[in-house]
Amino acid sequence: MARIELKNVRKSYGAVEVIKGIDLDIRKGEFMVFVGPSGCGKSTLLRLISGLEEITDGDLLFDNERVNNVVPSKRGIAMVFQSYALYPHMKVYDNMAFGMQLSKSNPKEIEARVRKAAEMLQIDHLLDRLPKQLSGGQRQRVAIGRAIVRDPRVFLFDEPLSNLDAALRVDTRLEIARLNHDMEDVTMIYVTHDQVEAMTLADRICVLRDGKVEQVGTPAELYESPNSVFVAGFIGSPKMNFLKGSFAAAFDCTTLGIRPEHISVVDEARGIWRGKVIHGENLGSDYFLFVEIGAEAPLVVRRDGKEGLPVGAEIALAPEIPNLHRFGPDDRPV
Amino acid sequence: MERYVFKTTLFYMAVVLIVIVAVYPFYYAILTSFETGTAIFNPNVLPEAFSLANYQAVLSKGAFIRSVGNSLLIAGVTVAFALLMAVTASYALARVRFRGRGLLLMTILAVSMFPQIAVLSGLYELVNLFGLYNSPFALILSYTIFTLPFTVWVLTTFMRDLPVEIEEAAIVDGATPWVIITRVFLPLLWPAMVTTGLLAFIGAWNEFLFALTFTISETQRTVPVAIALLSGASQQEIPWGTIMAASVLVTVPLIVLVLIFQRKIVAGLTAGGVKG
Repeated sequence: MARIELKNVRKSYGAVEVIKGIDLDIRKGEFMVFVGPSGCGKSTLLRLISGLEEITDGDLLFDNERVNNVVPSKRGIAMVFQSYALYPHMKVYDNMAFGMQLSKSNPKEIEARVRKAAEMLQIDHLLDRLPKQLSGGQRQRVAIGRAIVRDPRVFLFDEPLSNLDAALRVDTRLEIARLNHDMEDVTMIYVTHDQVEAMTLADRICVLRDGKVEQVGTPAELYESPNSVFVAGFIGSPKMNFLKGSFAAAFDCTTLGIRPEHISVVDEARGIWRGKVIHGENLGSDYFLFVEIGAEAPLVVRRDGKEGLPVGAEIALAPEIPNLHRFGPDDRPV
Repeated sequence: MERYVFKTTLFYMAVVLIVIVAVYPFYYAILTSFETGTAIFNPNVLPEAFSLANYQAVLSKGAFIRSVGNSLLIAGVTVAFALLMAVTASYALARVRFRGRGLLLMTILAVSMFPQIAVLSGLYELVNLFGLYNSPFALILSYTIFTLPFTVWVLTTFMRDLPVEIEEAAIVDGATPWVIITRVFLPLLWPAMVTTGLLAFIGAWNEFLFALTFTISETQRTVPVAIALLSGASQQEIPWGTIMAASVLVTVPLIVLVLIFQRKIVAGLTAGGVKG
């Protein structure tokens, strides 16, 4: 429901600047994902938006209203923490109702909102339990439920899936995606270091690096036209291949990027690179070949699951020319 | 197998020895409290006589009952004061970033290092200045001063270990620091509060030097002083029987308290709030 604008937002701890001037416009009802390696400042940025950390410099606007000095509870935000952060001594119901109880809401309305949120997340049978009697996935649902009950303008997620095991992570991811569809008006900001989560959930992704915005765009934009080597390497799994030196010089650039799925095995005559298969990974639907072509790292090539090649095979490879990413000496695209 | 039996035997022998050494003085006090006349001065290990005369003597003294009441009041109020101040102080010391926090913590600790006798005269002046001499408040004040450093330190340590995210979740939910302390942290701090509160109570209950110095009249005395000043039939007689009976009587409430609260000292109260 809220449009969020960051204007040259900075954060320092003493002499150390961790957020180095961020300009960002998050649209109403958008699902924005902050992604980046650890230490890039993505969690700090989320905490600045939440109000748990004070902004050192710059402006933060919710619906054109400056909220730098507004306390978290008055910003209309709700936050889901990585470690769930449930109140251990309160039952699930009280955990979810606590915020509304503090704001002295009508008990009937509290009850109605808690029940509705619990039904949405299918935790209505757990309302009388204590957090310690729940599994990890259930706890995270309660935490999400607590956020829903607050009926926020902005939902903030701080790596909510990091503590869950792989299977549960996929389920909960789906849950959050569904929540996003159900609550169309609510702006959601989601922090993760997992680019798969970023790609699958986001309307737009903001890639952060070292306290600065590296690139903002839809998942497809970032995937298809990354505007730096960093973004190109960060988005996509397995990583984009990077070739330097003479390999890159042949295409008039300093660094040549090509995704594994944009390289094909061809006959000798049409091959641009030649090399030996040193390793193969069969994932069922995909088969990844690691080919030693004399570059710094082996080239990863994606093929269909049934098209594996034996280790040691000598093969020729050719990239799809339109899908080449060429970067200059400043790591920006040419 | 033999080795195991030997080791176990040795272990239990050591346990028995330690228990005997630790418990014997108390055991002897209880034995003595049931003896009268010259039997008191006959060292014995097993009970030989049984008489409640000493207990009757103690309980028939109105002044002693009054002393127990004084002690209860003073120890209780001290604990309440100390916990209230320690909980709020430790929240600040554990969770609020401010300049000189480390120094302040160290100062608090340093206060507890002075021996009582060193501050006795200063405290006496203070008590007189406030006009508290010979009143329960003199003792409440001085006991609180001496209990706080320990209480604050223990609670600060506990408070630091509480997950920050729980506090942040409460902040997002709109909780003020006071609400965080009372409705979120306090329920999690119960084990620490019970432990420190109990120790503060025992400290105040057993304290002798301040109690002797800051009170003068029989009606204001606390139990340890009252017991020490119990007088016999003549100047020359020390009434060991009544002293022991009185000692046993005032120890019982402590034991009962510990027994009640040990069930409340449940570990892992925070389990489930955060991962793990």
